[in-house]
Amino acid sequence: MNFDPSHSKRSFSSVGTRPIRPDGVDKVTGRARYGADFNMPGQLVGRILRSPHAHAIIRKIDTSKAAQLPGVKAVLTAADLPDLTNGDAAMYDILDNCMARKKALYDGHAVAAVAAIDARTAKQALKLIEVEYELLPHVTDVDQAFAPDAPLINDTIFTTGVDPKPDRPSNVSMRSQFGHGDVDAGMARADFVVERTFKTEQTHQGYIEPHACVANVCSDGTADLWVCTQGHFVYRQHCAELLGMDASKLRVTSSEIGGGFGGKTHVWAEPVALALSRKAGRPVKLVMTRDEVFRASGPTSATSIDVKIGALKDGTIIAADATLRYSCGPYAGAWAEVGAMTAFACYKLENVRTVGYEVLVNRPKTAAYRAPSAPMAAFAVESAIDELAKKVGMDPVDFRIRNAAQEGTKASYGPVYGPIGIGPTLEAVKNHPHMKAPLGKNQGRGMACGFWFNFGGQTCTDLNIGIDGTVSLAVGTVDVGGSRASLSLVAAEELGIDYSQVRTVIADTSTLGYNDMTDGSRGTFSSSMATISAARNAIKILRERAAQMWDIPVEDVTWEKGHAVAKGETHGNLPKLSLKEIAAASGTTGGPIAGHSEIVADGAGVSFATHICDIEVDPETGATKVLRYTVVQDAGKAVHPTYVEGQYQGGAAQGIGWALNEEYIYGKDGRLQNAGFLDYRIPVCSDLPMIDTQILEIPNPNHPYGVRGVGETSIVPPLAAVANAVSNAVGVRMLHIPMSPPRILAALEA
Amino acid sequence: MMVGIAVSTNINGDNAEFLCHADETLLDVLRDRLGLMGAKEGCGTGDCGACSIILDDRLVCSCLVLGAEAEGRRIETVEGMAQGDQLHPLQQKFLEHAALQCGICTPGFLIAAKDLLAKNPDPTEEEIRFGLAGNLCRCTGYDKIVRAVQDAAGVMRGA
Ligand code: FES
Ligand code: FES
Repeated sequence: MNFDPSHSKRSFSSVGTRPIRPDGVDKVTGRARYGADFNMPGQLVGRILRSPHAHAIIRKIDTSKAAQLPGVKAVLTAADLPDLTNGDAAMYDILDNCMARKKALYDGHAVAAVAAIDARTAKQALKLIEVEYELLPHVTDVDQAFAPDAPLINDTIFTTGVDPKPDRPSNVSMRSQFGHGDVDAGMARADFVVERTFKTEQTHQGYIEPHACVANVCSDGTADLWVCTQGHFVYRQHCAELLGMDASKLRVTSSEIGGGFGGKTHVWAEPVALALSRKAGRPVKLVMTRDEVFRASGPTSATSIDVKIGALKDGTIIAADATLRYSCGPYAGAWAEVGAMTAFACYKLENVRTVGYEVLVNRPKTAAYRAPSAPMAAFAVESAIDELAKKVGMDPVDFRIRNAAQEGTKASYGPVYGPIGIGPTLEAVKNHPHMKAPLGKNQGRGMACGFWFNFGGQTCTDLNIGIDGTVSLAVGTVDVGGSRASLSLVAAEELGIDYSQVRTVIADTSTLGYNDMTDGSRGTFSSSMATISAARNAIKILRERAAQMWDIPVEDVTWEKGHAVAKGETHGNLPKLSLKEIAAASGTTGGPIAGHSEIVADGAGVSFATHICDIEVDPETGATKVLRYTVVQDAGKAVHPTYVEGQYQGGAAQGIGWALNEEYIYGKDGRLQNAGFLDYRIPVCSDLPMIDTQILEIPNPNHPYGVRGVGETSIVPPLAAVANAVSNAVGVRMLHIPMSPPRILAALEA
Repeated sequence: MMVGIAVSTNINGDNAEFLCHADETLLDVLRDRLGLMGAKEGCGTGDCGACSIILDDRLVCSCLVLGAEAEGRRIETVEGMAQGDQLHPLQQKFLEHAALQCGICTPGFLIAAKDLLAKNPDPTEEEIRFGLAGNLCRCTGYDKIVRAVQDAAGVMRGA
């Protein structure tokens, strides 16, 4: 579906307004039901036993005592689950991560589970399970795991992407490479070169709602799963495949979701809950504790990145090179690959090369976290770019403007860009009052750019018009932050009716066709595309019905502002028919009126942002305070601007936390030492200033209204923007994130 | 076998009686025994504020209070904020400012903000930020939450 250029001049009537969201009242009154807010009659409580060891062979699990405890209805180990050893490797890994089969691969890895009549009994039962471990050497640091003599985590992993195939297994599951031109020749021509190695620590998405589900498997093989997820269709597919069920027999209903940010795109406890329910013959509710969320759901990668960039005297970047090592947990991943794709995506480069290495470590399996892999790469590249600008003697914004990618630029990861927003966001930042505000003592300002692809994917919507003329829109992309409001606006816009006449719901997996999950910033992008096409299909029927009511050819009926209008001289004086009137007559004109749409939403527009950060650093203690923060980002077209701002602010806040505070801390014993919100400190209200936002609208040519995904890009620049601000405040280049007070002091003393 | 403790208390103006175990938290009692699911469990250790309630005019994390401690006390939860179909000004302003994205933190923030404004009807931005520092929100970056509280405070003062 192409962008209708007339829309750039078109005045939208619903799209771009800021109504209250349809699920709002339930959420401010405590009525909205999240993962843990659902119960079934006769339900049992499920609990999971987790390995305290980072790396150990599971010699034996004795569950007999637990099974005999009164009130215990099912005990489960990997032996009760299908053995996928000879099946699809990715599926094997997913199931092995849900329940360890041969080895415990990280502190927190599930090894057994129980279902009991109450939480107390379940907890007691876990204590009665005896697991015999044989400890193995472990490795949790990405650089140590990368070293040739590191303890081997999986002896079936041979690095792919290298020629010839290695003859020894290693902790590197894949090498990937992107780029074009001749980097070495370019670098040789450079007048100035910056070469640095950066490190970022592992962080967690930190959604406030722990994973929760209620599973109910019937003896006839049908099953229901209530779960907080970003993608209930994908969960259905995975759970069915892992447990050997027909997908159609498993109905998955997505609860309201209390945050996901990528972390609820992977199954963790759900297959276990289903298997427990199947074994016990009763519904099972399984809710993770916060400790489990940190230890055993998916944090993002820790990274170590080498960057080398060269520039000519006139400020042209002549060559750019990066090697990126990303931890992926104890299973093969593809995270460095994404980092390698995004690293230099903001720039127009003649000679560019990026190499990514996926590194296995004894930590939880890495999961997506908002623009996964991009923030770390941007931290390294944008820090080096800032330093290079100084060497060249240019203002950092001007230096970036000079080298910014444009329409027609061949991106470092391959494709040629259409109209893009990197230049405009930089110009907006250059002219922003924030850039001109004075700074005080110990204060520094930093800015940085960020890129994210965005994703389209399989999407399906049903738009049903009631006989009273109001509209029910059923979509299959989970609403993570207000998309029901946005999609109601889009349906209202297309049909020409009022927002209040549309109600959007998230359909379960049995009532709508397959949808990919809400990730890749695709929720509003792809479902709005499907909604527009569903509405257009409905309008086609509405026109036919009006033609029938008037007894004129359908070609003579147009649709304008919610009405069928008869055109042409002969029909000119027929009074127009409203959607409501046509709907009321549907019983006599051919039955219910609906529009459906099943699409692959191709053409998600790439998105760019530039952020500005002011920070104050206390040189005595290394403590930091963010004083002012500004986000400028291209939205293509902001459907509900308030929620777009919310995405910008939320991503910036997460990025600030990552830059300054958040990290997984492992002891020498390979155990996670800060699996709680007290010690894994995410930003609180008093840590942050107001976050100013500026929405730019450079239409995405592949969407009828010009919409781009907006959810993720906002977390890409902050790590670098904050690091540049700190570096400017203290006069020392910061190379290691998070910049916690001890690390800042160490950098000052170095 | 554990014997239940009989507790009688007052929740949102209504008398309530329940049996609970000695080690059961008030949060679990509210959610599992009384069906009041507005308070959420984000951590269970007093670190996130999602379970905030007001106990005898004091803001507390209900995950850190035992059910048995509710005996003879007055409890306010998010379910008691609206009067009939009339939303509390804080609820209304949270909606108008889009101070929630996923909304899991919202009941806790509303209760904490209600407590804050009861004690300080005209807080500065800084006082709001520190007053709400016990509540975690991962979605919003707090900007719109602070604005909603400022706006609601004005309405409640009749300004
Ligand atoms: S659940 Fe009580 S403070 Fe987090
Ligand atoms: S709105 Fe999601 S945690 Fe606050």
